[in-house]
Amino acid sequence: MGILVIAEHDNSELKPATRVAISAAAKIGGDIDVLVAGAGCAAVGAAAAAVPGVRKVLVADNAVYAHDLAENLALLAADLGKGYSHVLTAHTTHGRNYLPRVAALLGVAQISDIVEVVSADTFKRPIYAGNAIATVQSTDTIKVVSVRGTAYDPAPASGGSGTIETVTAIHDAGTSRFIKEEVVKSERPELTAARVVISGGRGMQNGDNFKLLDGIADKLGAAIGASRAAVDAGFVPNDMQVGQTGKIVAPELYVAVGISGAIQHLAGMKDSKVIVAINKDSDAPIFQVADYGLVADLFQALPELEAKL
Amino acid sequence: MKVLVPVKRVVDYNVKVRVKPDKTGVDLANVKMSVNPFCEIAIEEAVRMKEAGKVTEVVAIAVGPTACQEQLRTCLALGADRAILVQTDHDVQPLGVARALQALQAREQASIVIFGKQSIDGDNSQTGQMFAALTGMPQATFASKVEVQDGALQVTREIDGGLQTISVTLPAVVTTDLRLNEPRYASLPNIMKAKKKPLDTVTAEELGVDLAPTVKVLSVEPPAERQGGIKVENVDALVDKLKNEAKVI
Repeated sequence: MGILVIAEHDNSELKPATRVAISAAAKIGGDIDVLVAGAGCAAVGAAAAAVPGVRKVLVADNAVYAHDLAENLALLAADLGKGYSHVLTAHTTHGRNYLPRVAALLGVAQISDIVEVVSADTFKRPIYAGNAIATVQSTDTIKVVSVRGTAYDPAPASGGSGTIETVTAIHDAGTSRFIKEEVVKSERPELTAARVVISGGRGMQNGDNFKLLDGIADKLGAAIGASRAAVDAGFVPNDMQVGQTGKIVAPELYVAVGISGAIQHLAGMKDSKVIVAINKDSDAPIFQVADYGLVADLFQALPELEAKL
Repeated sequence: MKVLVPVKRVVDYNVKVRVKPDKTGVDLANVKMSVNPFCEIAIEEAVRMKEAGKVTEVVAIAVGPTACQEQLRTCLALGADRAILVQTDHDVQPLGVARALQALQAREQASIVIFGKQSIDGDNSQTGQMFAALTGMPQATFASKVEVQDGALQVTREIDGGLQTISVTLPAVVTTDLRLNEPRYASLPNIMKAKKKPLDTVTAEELGVDLAPTVKVLSVEPPAERQGGIKVENVDALVDKLKNEAKVI
């Protein structure tokens, strides 16, 4: 029957989260096809075909798929998905937007945010903000599954030789329209793909003080994140939020600065390989998960750390 | 124009949940239950639309056991005009809830349906999108700003890396992100008034909807505990550990 992985991209680049979904597909086992829907997305089709393990890439290149409008993409994906045993994508804001629509159109349940493939119909996924891990089994004929970006290492970007097939179907629901997108252009790596992440919390006191993280992030090539408390307080925008309701990250090194370590935050970063916590409260729960804790005033520790790196 | 707001009864966000020793689920006995926080944001948004004169009626809906009446009363106290409980003792899953709501929408003919973007128990983030698909409505998920226009909504959405603005024709589905608004607290007079507002109950059978789950929960376990490490004396020691012990910088 095969597995259909729906690609996430910006019409020029295939997002690494898609290669994580391809790794999950490989664990399930079976032929792996990738759907690339977009406008002017031929380069993404080629990138997907180069991922080892991919049999075939279906490229739907049309203006109606230009801005990932869920209505149009879901119609296309459900139409193509009928011929597969599994439909997978990454559990990003992108995947979360349209995948449940695909599942509902197929009349099946969706299994969200899996962290492990147990077998072709059984998966592990976190519930209650990661405070419990459920093992769930789908009895549906088509398994629609979204994969957490840290569940598996991404499949390699090159070495494969999948074929490319053009999909001519045009699905336009005509009910939604793209107006604009304000994506912050940053020199820094993307939070979910960064090797090092440094995050600030309520202890940063205001948005200006986040500049204290810049120099360290520059030296470490890190992405900058924030706790929900810092986002709620209006210090920084929501897309910087690391946590159950924000981004889930698992970098090599995670540095938590002025973050107490609420469950909701831990759920977003506790799979990091090495965790460092800097907090002046020695009883802060963050120290219970940190490999290296530094009890210090961040306004002294950060400039010193920057100087010594 | 009418707004429907489906809400979920969940374990209060302040409760530290515990997995049952027999691994069948989390322990819900004697645990405080509340309206899912994202659903509270949805109610608030609907009530603000009404206060601004953009819509005329706000209807709160829950799908679940009789106990959900408690959360529906909370919604009424927060400003909803009436409430409907779709009563079922099934373990409800997103597709079943979406189907029950589809059946209600056929009766109610609402112009806007506002959901929370996810519930803090199941963390699925599915129901709003599924309902939109079943009813053929467009969707604006993870909304941080909603403007009601003539026959349409203009919605700013939180996406990875920034914000996206789209326009959807009515009727439409919106799911709320954290920063859409800050929900009010229910005042005592409003809590008293809410007791007199209408709360109807229908069963899933009356709606002709099958809520039987298709996803079986085989086991629920606590997550792997991460062991705490050590405290370092100063920044020098930290840099030394990261360089020479962890070898990550």
